[in-house]
Amino acid sequence: MSATTSRRAFLAAASAAVATLAPGITLIAAQAKPADQPASSSVRWGMLIDTTRCSQDCSACVGACNVENGLGSHGRPQTDPQWIRKVDLTSKRTGQKLSLPVMCQHCESPPCVDVCPTGASFKRQDGIVLVDRHICIGCRYCMMACPYKARSFVHESLENQRPHQPRGKGCVEGCNLCAHRVDEGKRPACAEACASGAILFGDLNDPKSEIAQKLRTLPTTQIRPELKLNTAVRYGGLSI
Amino acid sequence: MKTVAYREVEAMTTGWWMLMGVLAAFTSLGLLAAFYMEHNGHWVTGMTNQIVWGLPHVFAVFLIVAASGALNVASISSVFGRTAYKPLAPLSALLAVSLLAGGLTVLLLDLGRPDRLMVAMTKYNFRSIFAWNVILYSGFFGIVVVYMWTMMDRRMKSFSKPAGFAAFAWRLILTTGTGSIFGFLVARTPYDSAVMAPMFIAMSFSFGLAVFILVVFASSEMTNRPLGDALVRRLKNLLGVFIAAVLYFVTVQQLTGLYVAEKRDAVVFLLTNGGVFTILFWLVQIGLGALLPLALLFAPPTAMNRPAIGLAAILVILGGIAQVYVIIIGGQAYPMPLFPGFEATSSFFDGQVNTYVPSGPEAFLGVSGFAVAMLLVAFASTVFRFLPESLADEVVDPHCAAKARK
Amino acid sequence: MKASWLIALLAMLVAGLGWGPAFADPFPTIPKAKGERCVEDPQYMRRNHMDVLRHQRDDTMRLGIRTTKHSLKECVSCHAVDGKDGKPVTVKSRQHFCASCHEFAAVDIDCFACHASTPEAKR
Repeated sequence: MSATTSRRAFLAAASAAVATLAPGITLIAAQAKPADQPASSSVRWGMLIDTTRCSQDCSACVGACNVENGLGSHGRPQTDPQWIRKVDLTSKRTGQKLSLPVMCQHCESPPCVDVCPTGASFKRQDGIVLVDRHICIGCRYCMMACPYKARSFVHESLENQRPHQPRGKGCVEGCNLCAHRVDEGKRPACAEACASGAILFGDLNDPKSEIAQKLRTLPTTQIRPELKLNTAVRYGGLSI
Repeated sequence: MKTVAYREVEAMTTGWWMLMGVLAAFTSLGLLAAFYMEHNGHWVTGMTNQIVWGLPHVFAVFLIVAASGALNVASISSVFGRTAYKPLAPLSALLAVSLLAGGLTVLLLDLGRPDRLMVAMTKYNFRSIFAWNVILYSGFFGIVVVYMWTMMDRRMKSFSKPAGFAAFAWRLILTTGTGSIFGFLVARTPYDSAVMAPMFIAMSFSFGLAVFILVVFASSEMTNRPLGDALVRRLKNLLGVFIAAVLYFVTVQQLTGLYVAEKRDAVVFLLTNGGVFTILFWLVQIGLGALLPLALLFAPPTAMNRPAIGLAAILVILGGIAQVYVIIIGGQAYPMPLFPGFEATSSFFDGQVNTYVPSGPEAFLGVSGFAVAMLLVAFASTVFRFLPESLADEVVDPHCAAKARK
Repeated sequence: MKASWLIALLAMLVAGLGWGPAFADPFPTIPKAKGERCVEDPQYMRRNHMDVLRHQRDDTMRLGIRTTKHSLKECVSCHAVDGKDGKPVTVKSRQHFCASCHEFAAVDIDCFACHASTPEAKR
């Protein structure tokens, strides 16, 4: 047996050990993939957002995203990038008030990936939709095509980027479900920062995962369901 | 029939230098504007994360659409065998490639990373209509250049007809592709319609011919070459038909929108309370850009008056730019319906009509697309024999001219 | 190897002829790295670092493979050079490891338009 396979076996054993040693993060830690393994198509990462637990005056998820990904503001709201935003809703019929975060919905058939001329906008095997800035030419067609306004264009030169989150002028960017954290077995920053537990992160493909179980039992919906994009971000307590 | 004689434009005259100077100045202004935008980043323009495509795209799309339409005259002569248009066929093809070059220059210089042109040329995602268009545009250049060769080189004459056919088919596909850039966008209610593709084809006929008429008028005036009434009458009647065709498609587009409940709000917004878009639609696109030119082209007092026909062509271009503006910018200004049945507010301008204030650099970059196109036309017709020596009636259509004399 | 020396010599000659004083020191001063030895043979890295980085870039970006051996982040942190203020210098400074050689070779790199050119300060 080669050295690499035995290392893989060791890593797998190690992550299993973590699963039993640290309750609370067990579910996620058990799914952490070894660093030398590619993301697998047997997994589909997703989030369930319980709007009944999301309060209008809380924006912890937005703040955490900005810090995690180094999104600064230039004081120009029209051009400052926003990967996640809080949307406040008032029903025109009943006056019901709701508040919820909207970010990239990580569609199963993402329009941004279809329209991207160079293939910079792509979907990882585990369902995460993101932009490869190495080949993004900044045409913004994906922003035209995204039904969720989830993408931002970097309108100015940037400095002090976080080492794990390279970003720069002239490329389009958006929520990548904190792929760098997910690959380490952690939750996205927004989910971790949500004190009320309104954002649940997990593997939609694993029937035993908490998110899959909740999706089976609770009434949930996706934004713009008529587009049939089969988003990985689902909302509870919202009737469209 | 007499063979048509072609002659280069005389270079280095005062008029030539002035024309070249003005066009070069506008081109340089556009390049400077692009450099300014790229150096600072797009925040110095009016484009934002809500209005992601702005004035450069309006001009680029107009020029690309007009490019395919500018090939009309050549197509009518080669494909439909109308000999009266034959003397102008090379100019028509030249104008087509030049307008396309102008449009693509603007599109390229507005990219966030124009330095990555090589990436755009080498990496293709074949599900992307943009990627198809990159191929369609390159192919158009190739086919039309070959077509010009077959028209201008006696040895190649026999290939002229098949080349003309190929160019005609290709330009229809090309404009279908341009229209589909918008027609296939399910995200935005005002786009998302199959009628976009045929409407863009009609638009290309109309805009392209309007530009062509102006170029013919200007070149015959500047180089003192005769231009007979017979040809002018044909061209202006054709323009009238194309304007009507565009009006037809616009009507169909808006009516289907009004009929479908899902789209009704967006159409009502545009037609009644869309602010600048409503004004641009009714006043500039429909009024100045279609109805007034139709009146100028067909009302007896102005029907055969050259300045009036020229004015009509200018108005068609203005109306066309307004139409593309309304489609591209208006389509983004209308709020995206993420949560139907709810009033939405957010820091990212959800639920709001987005505002767009174009900046100077964008406008200069856009206009420079025209300058690039005209510079290419002027330069090529100085170096090669694109322009016929005479477009007098007896040259263009001896049969008809003889009848008129009787 | 011979070819690159020849090119360097030629570059020196040209520099010496044209702008002598500006290039008084014809060779770049390459700062020492912090680690004991590079992840690959230095000779190999001098010639092939771009391919190594590109390969890793596509693996990480496209597939989610996050091994650290060939990661740009690790290069940047091992080759960090502290400036006068005690903080690592950015690529804008000629003291920066990448800049020192790339400026000499007049090869413009795009990496640091997006990537951080310094290791992250403790938060």
